[in-house]
Amino acid sequence: MPTEQEVFEKIRAALVDALGVDDDEVTPDATLVGDLGAESIDFLDIVFRLEKAFNIEIPRAELFPEDILTNAEYVQDGKVTDEGVSELKKRMPFADLSKFEANPLVQEFGNLLTVNDMVRYVCSKVEA
Amino acid sequence: MRWFWIDKFKSFERGRCATAVKAVSICEEHMQGYFPGYPVMTPTFVIEGFAQMGGILISETREFRQNLVLAKVSRSKIHRYARPGELMSYAVNLVSLQEDGGLVEATSHIDGELHVEADLTFAQVSRDVIDRKFFEPVGLLQMLRVYGLYDVGVDENGDPLKIPEYLLEAEKTATGAYF
Repeated sequence: MPTEQEVFEKIRAALVDALGVDDDEVTPDATLVGDLGAESIDFLDIVFRLEKAFNIEIPRAELFPEDILTNAEYVQDGKVTDEGVSELKKRMPFADLSKFEANPLVQEFGNLLTVNDMVRYVCSKVEA
Repeated sequence: MRWFWIDKFKSFERGRCATAVKAVSICEEHMQGYFPGYPVMTPTFVIEGFAQMGGILISETREFRQNLVLAKVSRSKIHRYARPGELMSYAVNLVSLQEDGGLVEATSHIDGELHVEADLTFAQVSRDVIDRKFFEPVGLLQMLRVYGLYDVGVDENGDPLKIPEYLLEAEKTATGAYF
């Protein structure tokens, strides 16, 4: 079982290759979209690299819960409802949603995921 | 006519890797425009050659039944230019093959010297998004034959690749319409 540091190093290598960023830009707190400049198509690239690096399967809806964010039941006036946030927490236990919860604008969701969230996610998959 | 950006496969192992060559000729129209007076192989067309190889490498594992697009060139480095009269040797390795696409690493060498390297991400386009096949079967099979895929290609057991039945049927039907 890899240590958290080993997982971080592999994720860093994947992000450097996928996003063309420098090693030192990939810090645990860096957000994938805001700090590292990831766009939607980059997530496919990142997922392919992580699946290969860790020999795991990553169901797309676990990392990118678009079905929740586009569901009228969970979104009103561009904001995720309390029920929606609750669903997101269930789906993404590895992500820190506290900041998002304070102002749950759908358009801000993409900027939520950090490198550390990815590390926690991968650790949970590797341990499973 | 479809653009061909490799001349010929030299090897092809299902779901693993492929090599191909492309000769650089001054007769190619694009050679005149990139640097007028200094003809070179346009590097993006080298990457297009990688994309054709990678696309075939991934699609072949599914009998060419899915619509696949080049989604992203993650990383590319042009180390030198290819000049008329030179032969580019391309190699493509499949890094990751998934249900919704794949990732390949590709290189081009000229006389053993690294020319271009790139990583390419491919994505499968859902039938919900585009409800038609990107390639009509007869044209696809013609391209694969021109590239020599079935002359050199082997499956996971090392046996020669077989042409999918539905492509042969389509070809037979089309030929029957003329003869």
